[in-house]
Amino acid sequence: MNRNELYQRLQAAGLTERQQQNIAAEMDDCGDHSVPVPRAQPIPLNDLYGPNDLSCLQDMRVNSASFNIRTLDQLIDRDKLRELDGFPRKIRIGRMVRPGRNSEGKVVVIPTTVEEKFIHDNRFDQKQEGESSGGGSGEGEEGEVIGEQPVRPEGEGEGTGAGKGKGADHDMESNAYDLGRVLTEKFQLPNLKEKGTKRSLTRYTYDLTDKNRGFGQVLDKKATLLQVLKTNLALGNLSPDGEIDTTKLLIAPRDKIYRILSREKDYESQALVFFVRDYSGSMAGKATELIVTQHVLIYSWLLYQYSGQVETRFILHDTEAKEVEDFHSYYNSRVAGGTQVAAAYRMVNQLVKKDSLDRDYNIYIFHGTDGDDWDREGRETIPELKTMLSYASRVGITIAEHSYGTSGNTEVQSYLNKSGLLDQARDMLRLDNMSENEGEDRIIEGIRKLISE
Amino acid sequence: MELISQQTKAIMEGCKERARAVGLRFEDETLEYVVTNRDMLELTPKVMIPTLYDYWVHDVEVLREKGKYELYPSNPYETVINTRPAISFYNDNNPDWLNVMIFYHVLAHIDFFQNNLYFRHTWDYDLAGQALADKRLIARLRSEHGRWVDYVIEFARGIDNLVDFHGELSTLHRGKKDCSARLDFFFDVFLQQQRPVSTSEYMKEVEAYNLACRDFGDLGEQSFFTEMVRKYPEFEAAFEKHQGGKKQKKSDLLQFLIDHSPMLNSEENLWMKSVLQVVRSTSIYFQPQIRTKIMNEGWASYWHETLFMQDDRIRGHEISFARVNASVTAMPRVGLNPYALGMRLFYFIEEAANRGCYTHDYRRLRDMELKRHYDKKLGKGREYIFDVRENYSDFTFLNSFVDQDFVDHNQLFVAGKRLNEERMTWQYYVKSRHADDYQQMLFDSLYHPPKIVIDEAKSQEGVLYLNHNIEGKPLVQEYIANTMLGIEFLWGGTVCLETSEAEVNTEDKEEVTPEMISWSRVRYQMKERKLERTVL
Repeated sequence: MNRNELYQRLQAAGLTERQQQNIAAEMDDCGDHSVPVPRAQPIPLNDLYGPNDLSCLQDMRVNSASFNIRTLDQLIDRDKLRELDGFPRKIRIGRMVRPGRNSEGKVVVIPTTVEEKFIHDNRFDQKQEGESSGGGSGEGEEGEVIGEQPVRPEGEGEGTGAGKGKGADHDMESNAYDLGRVLTEKFQLPNLKEKGTKRSLTRYTYDLTDKNRGFGQVLDKKATLLQVLKTNLALGNLSPDGEIDTTKLLIAPRDKIYRILSREKDYESQALVFFVRDYSGSMAGKATELIVTQHVLIYSWLLYQYSGQVETRFILHDTEAKEVEDFHSYYNSRVAGGTQVAAAYRMVNQLVKKDSLDRDYNIYIFHGTDGDDWDREGRETIPELKTMLSYASRVGITIAEHSYGTSGNTEVQSYLNKSGLLDQARDMLRLDNMSENEGEDRIIEGIRKLISE
Repeated sequence: MELISQQTKAIMEGCKERARAVGLRFEDETLEYVVTNRDMLELTPKVMIPTLYDYWVHDVEVLREKGKYELYPSNPYETVINTRPAISFYNDNNPDWLNVMIFYHVLAHIDFFQNNLYFRHTWDYDLAGQALADKRLIARLRSEHGRWVDYVIEFARGIDNLVDFHGELSTLHRGKKDCSARLDFFFDVFLQQQRPVSTSEYMKEVEAYNLACRDFGDLGEQSFFTEMVRKYPEFEAAFEKHQGGKKQKKSDLLQFLIDHSPMLNSEENLWMKSVLQVVRSTSIYFQPQIRTKIMNEGWASYWHETLFMQDDRIRGHEISFARVNASVTAMPRVGLNPYALGMRLFYFIEEAANRGCYTHDYRRLRDMELKRHYDKKLGKGREYIFDVRENYSDFTFLNSFVDQDFVDHNQLFVAGKRLNEERMTWQYYVKSRHADDYQQMLFDSLYHPPKIVIDEAKSQEGVLYLNHNIEGKPLVQEYIANTMLGIEFLWGGTVCLETSEAEVNTEDKEEVTPEMISWSRVRYQMKERKLERTVL
């Protein structure tokens, strides 16, 4: 069903004024979901102190590629101590996450800090003039435009996506695993319970469990004796009734049974995570940034928790749902279109059912939205959600509320509240709503809410 | 780090001879090191001073976007550091001709460090050695006091941009010819206010002083006062009273804390003072570097260009040189390049001085045509720029020499950047070609820490009251809390900061006029690690 049909059907069923407005806004939106191309950085106009001898004269740049994660541990330990000593923490980890298309699963981790001082706020000049100014040279009349540079289309997560901007040269690559560990340790996110069915993985341990005749590492005396008896019985060396004269027993080399070092499959619980993101038109701007940042953090954290044994599926939805292949597309697709949460939930249910995923995995579903839903009563959403709760280990819904709305009053939240599911399935379903303007700390706090026991 | 090869060192020595021949002055000894990427990783957080004290923030990527250079007075990626001997760093695969160019650049920097008067306080000791001593001190303290050393460093660094660099300099530049305090008091206060005498009598005393100086040389003042005390018996008492009542020397926040903080001066915390002292002196050491960025790079570029072209050893590499040199010293179409700007200013000044444009006669001319064709062929250009390199800093340099001629000559303009919403592009345009605007734009881009002074009248009952003299820009608000937390720790009591904050009432309008900005005076109070904001 495309959004026009859906719209007509909804109209027929009757809409409130606010809903009408929201829907109309999203109907008018004619954007598409393409992944944006990275844009060029604007030229710094008045950066007097940027150029330096080493880079200008000798073309020497510091690429801090070799970041030592051990140092990070020490830094984080130190940061914990700060709290004990009554000072605020200083190291930040969050926002530098940036999965690239080429290095899937890789995230950029930089411990960063700021040395706070009393300094002049240079942003103030810009605010004052509404534009920035700086130096220039060459031809041109006053007022003449001498060059243009495209601005990246408004809205999407990439802006805060991490590591963009001036610091980009100094990014250090580490993987999501490290970030997950940092999150677990630094933010003391809870550990996951081992639960659900187990499934063999392509991971092995080595143990002296297999038996082998003729050679091996350790002689299995009991099994060897048994084999010796069997052989001698067959040879007729033993009389079934009388005493056993052990001196008469023949021992063939193949009767000796050894334990031998062998490869064993290891069993471990495994996670499958569905990331579901609302990429409808209303999600433009900060709401999307917040959601993708949180999802990257959750992704990294689970990767650590499950020692890399975490599978992920990425689902985007407007009025229809769509599965995308990699984090990159998930992270970067533009917002557009209307909103129907049920479509996404239905898709998750279908995927799980089709491959019987619930038998083999701990399934986690994280859904990020701004709380808008054309399905105001949740008539379609709630049944899908119930199905979902029948197999999921945890469903975490984050609502990034727009600053123009009232808190706790979004459609998704109100129909969830009404359904009573939040109480009935407390173990399985969590809802967290925050303002779209929240920072990294609140986002991490949000993760804790979504996944805590 | 390894020293450069003997062969390359020989090239450097050749450069020194040629640089001296044109008038650059620097100490004989220099050290040149080849650095690898790994070395660079360690050196850059330590502002290229290999012996700087260890501090955990050096291991972290520091977010510099906000305020960037405002936070750091030093220039982190300099190829030469102001030590004795001066140390410079090189890539190990530079071809010889490139090294020649860099050597000249480096030598001009060294000349600048060792002759520009804003570096006066760095002339008497070797930073590398001092830093090593500081590093050992801090390591020792750390073994005794653990992480508290790092807190003290952190909090001290939080206010290390408020050091009174100019005050420190002025004590050094107090010339010997100046009169003693006693003499100043005698002629300026005593004879004029406390015991007024007639003009002729006053002149007679001056004459007596001059006579005494002539007859007794260095002992002149002493003998003069022996005479005067006999004449005005009350003088000594009056002078002493005057000295006693004189205000103490004004000190910056760090120095004030060292001298007066009850917390730091308690027996068990005395060690913290030495940490503060290290942070303060390190900061003061770096201050002139960022305050002479344009001049320093301009001077170095001027000389590497001039000397390279004259050097007979590098024939055949002119084109390679031209390419590198252009990338360093070309004026960007939009943006600022301190190398290009400084170098052009020096060329401009030299040419103008050659024509005699910095003379009284020239300034008295009213006719533009006469001015344009004024040429006394004085040939004093070189001499003049050497004088500029000795006596100016970026601000005075720009303030004195950026004029309409310079701006026109180099086709400079203030570039603006605005958003074109229809086309969704950033548009760069020529905003102004007026020298005043250009100059103002440069001033706005210069390093300038806020002026925050201790308000003694309001510092009562153990409260430290700081006053921010607003200069058209508010402070970065997010940083206030943690900075004040540090000051509270170092002071050991409540700390207040009075500052101004601006609110812009845009009312959905694009353009912001000054009338739409309303300033209000606010007071932040940090008490027991809790920050409170009050609008006054």
